[in-house]
Amino acid sequence: MEHRDLIVIGGGPAGLAAALAAREAGGEDILILERDRYLGGILNQCIHNGFGLHTFREELTGPEYAGRYLDQVRAAGIPQQTDTMVLSLTPDRTVTAVSPGGLRRWEAGAVILAMGCRERPRGALNIPGFRPAGVYTAGTAQRLVNLEGQLPGRDVVILGSGDIGLIMARRMTLEGAKVHAVAELLPYSGGLRRNIVQCLEDFGIPLLLSHTVVRIEGRARVTAVTLARVDDVRRPIPGTERTYPCDTLLLSCGLLPENELSRGAGVALDPVTGGPVVDQDLETSVPGVFACGNVLHVHDLVDFVSEEAALAGRHAAAYLRQSRPAGRRIAVRPGAGIRYVVPQYLDPAASDGPVTLRFRVSKPVGRCALTAAQNGKALLRKQRPAAAPGEMERLTLDPALLGEGPLTVALEVEA
Amino acid sequence: MVYDVILIGGGVVGAAVARYLSRYRGSFLLLERNEDLCTGTSKANSGIVHAGFDCKPGALKARCNVAGSRMMADLARELDFPYRRNGSLVLCFDPADRPKLEALKAQGERNGVEGLELLTGDQARALEPNLSKACAAALHAPAGAIVCPFGLTYALAENAAGNGVAFRFDTPVTGLTRQGDRWQVETPRGSFETRAVVNAAGVYAAEIHNWVSKETLRITPRRGQYLLLDREAGGHIDHTIFQLPGPLGKGVLVTPTVHGNLLLGPTAEEIDDFEGVDTTAAGLETVARRAAQSVERLPLRSVITAFAGLRAHESGGDFVLGEPEDAPGFFDCAGIESPGLSSAPAIGLWMAERLQARLNLPENPDFNPNRRGILDPRSLPFAERQALIAADPAYGRIICRCEEISEGEIRDAIRRGARSLDGVKRRTRAGMGRCQGGFCAPRVMELLAEAGIDPLTKSGGQSWLLAGPKGEEALHGTP
Repeated sequence: MEHRDLIVIGGGPAGLAAALAAREAGGEDILILERDRYLGGILNQCIHNGFGLHTFREELTGPEYAGRYLDQVRAAGIPQQTDTMVLSLTPDRTVTAVSPGGLRRWEAGAVILAMGCRERPRGALNIPGFRPAGVYTAGTAQRLVNLEGQLPGRDVVILGSGDIGLIMARRMTLEGAKVHAVAELLPYSGGLRRNIVQCLEDFGIPLLLSHTVVRIEGRARVTAVTLARVDDVRRPIPGTERTYPCDTLLLSCGLLPENELSRGAGVALDPVTGGPVVDQDLETSVPGVFACGNVLHVHDLVDFVSEEAALAGRHAAAYLRQSRPAGRRIAVRPGAGIRYVVPQYLDPAASDGPVTLRFRVSKPVGRCALTAAQNGKALLRKQRPAAAPGEMERLTLDPALLGEGPLTVALEVEA
Repeated sequence: MVYDVILIGGGVVGAAVARYLSRYRGSFLLLERNEDLCTGTSKANSGIVHAGFDCKPGALKARCNVAGSRMMADLARELDFPYRRNGSLVLCFDPADRPKLEALKAQGERNGVEGLELLTGDQARALEPNLSKACAAALHAPAGAIVCPFGLTYALAENAAGNGVAFRFDTPVTGLTRQGDRWQVETPRGSFETRAVVNAAGVYAAEIHNWVSKETLRITPRRGQYLLLDREAGGHIDHTIFQLPGPLGKGVLVTPTVHGNLLLGPTAEEIDDFEGVDTTAAGLETVARRAAQSVERLPLRSVITAFAGLRAHESGGDFVLGEPEDAPGFFDCAGIESPGLSSAPAIGLWMAERLQARLNLPENPDFNPNRRGILDPRSLPFAERQALIAADPAYGRIICRCEEISEGEIRDAIRRGARSLDGVKRRTRAGMGRCQGGFCAPRVMELLAEAGIDPLTKSGGQSWLLAGPKGEEALHGTP
């Protein structure tokens, strides 16, 4: 079996940034495996702008942002194989992949998981009715429009106000379709504020909060979608139904990290994020296997994916030089008002600098403070004018401050 | 041209009759109203090969079920479709209901079902660790099995086609008249003359029957709704788990599928709509609730899709097989509801023999009983899979990530007659996994388009997938 020091599974923004950082940290023998025909991942179909404000201090489109990394990967001479699907990963880091060139098996010194996420399909949403053509996830529609040059429909209702749904409301409108409404089950949108303004408000597309689809009409192709208001426990309220004649229903109802390979390798997963449980180095429960990007937890900004992935790349390279002795493990826990925190563990002795805690609040709030506390003592406190689940929050912590006991991240709402 | 036999309906029964008929020499034509085979009742059911204990002794259902179930394993080898004998359990929750299980066992034995045994709740849980703690006793039927309903239907039809049966799609039969000793079959695509007609039209079989016979039939569609769970939940149980049957059927079951998913359902609702395959919130809730009675810790979070199918329930409660007295040369396969899938091979064999005797058809000396399915590279050892990809690199290019389906398999499905996304899905499973086609649908569309299929549809007819090229591409051509 062929040996590779580092195999990066996934050639999207996370995989590219991780591979580059690993190379810069001295990793020589790196291979990127990508299942699609091109590197760049989902960025290839994100032709809108707004990428790179943090990383490059300018507004780029998705393909441009990917292009910046691709140029660097090429300049660094990092080998890559596209059209290559990893079939399995074992706990001892044997990677089996298939491509038109054949089946291959490698023994990897370290592995970085960067497979990204998938969209929640209709079936997982329990929308009753017929199963006609014309029900697409927003990402599939985005691919059809932006990469294939095909319009999936002309009269559109969108369920879910995740960022891809918002972006597609604008895209479909710009391409000549009529977007009748965006319905959101929750009383608030899970998308970025700037997307609600730029993609809905600027185009006069109504955002119906606390609404859901109760019926899909049409046997061959969608002919109408019925929306209804929902109550506090998200049950449709009878009598509030309104039917929108349309030919297309787009779904933007959440992204799910794609961890089938991780599960096969015995990587422990966090039930809330759907991604691996990691420590401050982004190392999973399986030694030498690291995770970053949307496979770890779903991000809203690619800039933060790149930053997180670079960390995974640097630590994978360090692992290849010398595996770290198991040290102290401090659990990081979501406290009041916080849905999850990544990483889930910290080893204060192993950290070579400040540690970034990435997390999301449970529901939208106004003026508030984000705190990290140990044994009831606040180590950090950051004031925020507002916070929402759609916008990932970060706290950067000096591990030297840490004592014993679990670290709790919490939200304090100011009156 | 005068056909010897025209078969109406390309579901599992029509395909089975066609397959066994192709053992004889003659001119046979199967007419299907939809764009593909396996688009009605045959595509949306439990995929169970029932052991045969729940049919009334002496009924056609009992005889065909037990015979069909015995034929299935050999047929799976001849025709290369997925089949697994996983055994089934019927649960009772109230110890007072134990006599009902005993009655079911006695009935099964009268029907000729082998190996039936009564288990205590603990014995059943030893067999199935996730079985409900409330299970008081169970009837174990080791002859129970599961099959891929699409796989079975396509296997029968492709074998029939290989042995000379002709197929026409998008060809609904609109009229049937007897002229002398022949039948005139009317369709929007022309009329056909034939010596005999086989009515395997599923929920529409009564309507067609009533065109030609005064002994009228009445079919009421009985809807069954299902929930399908991801393969990560497939190992939750291994047997097919039934509850004691009720007046409308076998109740809600929990079963693994041959592809490793977990399937829950069906409901049983009499409806008026012969195309009413919509799911309802109440129906799906019922499925989830009842299924959760049978097994502990049902992983409902892993639901990937819901669907509904229609049982062709005939008022008499039994299969209607054979030639009505007032319509010589017209052969019914009507009222084929559960256990129709299990019975299909027996119905096909029996009906073909009847037709042979009636029409005096000679043996087909060239009949080939074997058919190979679409090659599944995952079933091959490493070196063989390597060699396959070397010979055809398309088998190394994965199109459907969730089910790991290659371009080679999809191209093969299109060669075999898939003309829509659903046609590809039923033949290969591309799009049937946890993302439900989110990633692979555009690439399958591309392969269909490359094969010259235009317009692209989900399932033929008006189920168009694309509204056309977007603005700029419409002017300059797609890249």
